[in-house]
Amino acid sequence: MIETKLPFDQQYVRSFSEGRGEPDWLLNVRLQALAQAEQLPLPKPDKTKIDRWNFTQFSTHLVESAPLSSLEELPEQVKVLIDIDEQQKNVYVQRDHTCAYVSLADELKEKGVIFTDLATAVREHSDLVQKYFMDGVKVNEHRLTALHAALVNSGVFVYVPKHVQIDVPLQAVYVHEKAEALFNHVIIVADVGSKVTYVENYISTCERSEAIVNIVTEVFARDDAQVFFGAVDNLAKGTTVYVNRRGVTGRHARIEWALGLMNDGNTISENITRLIGDGSVGDTKTVVVSRGEQVQNFTTSVIHYGKHTEGYILKHGVVKDEATSIFNGIGKIEHGASKSNAEQESRVLMLSPKGRGDANPILLIDEDDVTAGHAASVGRVDPTQLYYLMSRGIPKTEAERLIIHGFLAPVVNEIPIERVKKQLIEVIERKVK
Amino acid sequence: MATLTIKDLHVAIDGKEILRGVNLEIKGGEFHAIMGPNGTGKSTLSAAIMGHPKYEVTKGSITLDGQDVLEMEVDERARAGLFLAMQYPSEISGVTNADFLRSAINARRGEGNEISLMKFIRQLDEKMAFLEMNPDMAHRYLNEGFSGGEKKRNEILQLMMLQPKIAILDEIDSGLDIDALKVVAKGVNEMRNSEFGCLIITHYQRLLNYITPDYVHVMMQGRIVKSGGPELAQRLEAEGYDWIKKELGIEDEVVEQEA
Repeated sequence: MIETKLPFDQQYVRSFSEGRGEPDWLLNVRLQALAQAEQLPLPKPDKTKIDRWNFTQFSTHLVESAPLSSLEELPEQVKVLIDIDEQQKNVYVQRDHTCAYVSLADELKEKGVIFTDLATAVREHSDLVQKYFMDGVKVNEHRLTALHAALVNSGVFVYVPKHVQIDVPLQAVYVHEKAEALFNHVIIVADVGSKVTYVENYISTCERSEAIVNIVTEVFARDDAQVFFGAVDNLAKGTTVYVNRRGVTGRHARIEWALGLMNDGNTISENITRLIGDGSVGDTKTVVVSRGEQVQNFTTSVIHYGKHTEGYILKHGVVKDEATSIFNGIGKIEHGASKSNAEQESRVLMLSPKGRGDANPILLIDEDDVTAGHAASVGRVDPTQLYYLMSRGIPKTEAERLIIHGFLAPVVNEIPIERVKKQLIEVIERKVK
Repeated sequence: MATLTIKDLHVAIDGKEILRGVNLEIKGGEFHAIMGPNGTGKSTLSAAIMGHPKYEVTKGSITLDGQDVLEMEVDERARAGLFLAMQYPSEISGVTNADFLRSAINARRGEGNEISLMKFIRQLDEKMAFLEMNPDMAHRYLNEGFSGGEKKRNEILQLMMLQPKIAILDEIDSGLDIDALKVVAKGVNEMRNSEFGCLIITHYQRLLNYITPDYVHVMMQGRIVKSGGPELAQRLEAEGYDWIKKELGIEDEVVEQEA
């Protein structure tokens, strides 16, 4: 049995928080969260048993990394993600827990846009951070959310003021180098009538035997705001990942997610969009490749509270080797969310007879005047499609590659930064080979 | 000059024999038509030549310029110079028509000899204009959401881009209105030269008003039962197939279940 006693106590958390000069409210959140973490159970992802996974035992909470004086210092695999020659960059680079580089165009600064590391945001915009920190995701949901709030040691804060519309994407790159435990927290607030595109990469440059990554991301699209959120997760084997991406919409707001989930370790991914405001839209697109012996569970949920809300879930997963991938898609329409529409599609492509893929579409509807639909399938590469491509002279392996890429294209094509898209294609290429 | 030779070909699907001894030779420069009622084995012949995995050759041979086609994988057959315009082309989501065509061309040309992007685009634009196709079709996903007519045009586009030695057109006319039929025929006729051989499978003579075959064969009971020139197709159009059945003493021409 895994040790359930937490490795860090109240005293540690207090001195860590004080050492960072954090305000009292945050120290209190941490201390209360730590107390709860000891009591609360682990989350219970459907059809995946995680009680033997290590999410809580580690000996080092913080590692120091040097900031970068120039992006040129980044290792090649990270450098390719960023347009280094661009003068007015909107880029944040984090090495383990340290903000290594951040740059925001002057024009955006002048408009009041905030794009900075979480620790700085807590110092400089304490009230704003306090309003949103652990508001979309609650501390007491389960042990991992509580532990996250208690031990959060890195992250980014994005704030887009009212009616500011940003056309260029903001880019964040989280590099996992040597940290044993990364508790990364991302907050994106798009205030009334604003618009922002944010694209993040999680990438490992190391191959640690054991590491824990616990990510909580909270996206708030207030009334009439639009957020496009793109992500490519590419953490190494041996890294146990809990990643929770949560969206909350105001009236007529829109959140679109395009998630390329390419971790090589065991992963629990939750992506929940809560459509609070009337007329708001949540659109989730996810692609996944599982390989080796990794076990992954992907729960995507859109919960409708407001009237006339639209929720779309699209998930395409490829499973090879002896990997296990569970895809849970949940469209939930609460009582009162009349005229809402919940649609979902989950498809799993099995490349190996030893892998396991499950697509579980779930519709929970508590209101009569709504529409909903779902489609789900688990299958192999269609031999008729292969025959067709091969009949044009394309060798079998290349034909399979085309079909797999085509299958994952719905998300790949959505990624708005060309370099990140290219990297995602390369990662997919490497994983399915 | 290419020669496709089919000798005493027997083919079974799910253990049931569909082709029962087909003999046919197609040379570069020749256009052959195979006609016959539904269910007589025409599409089975085309699938067996291309190597569809569901069709099992139980006897006989197919050679292309003396090479044993039956020993080749589907993609090797294509690279050896065979092409099949399919009756029901697959839809492949996420793969654009242009990317697919470029992969197919490069597969033929081999590594290190890939077609330049400029040249490819020029050729593609040219052929698409010739087939009166909307330029958007290059960037749409392969056959996805294409109408029946668009799919057939797209098959002919591939034919023109890939320039095979021998092409088999399996019911390329089915579901086409007269204008689309004319465009498809224009594409096939454009291919006509002394090197290119073509086997046109149809059960309507209508197509042969636009593509004139040199030879016409009638298929029944999984065999070619009668061969002749273009005049044979005209007689079939005018009189149907009953006179052949009577002449040969065939009562039931069908060998396979309707799909």
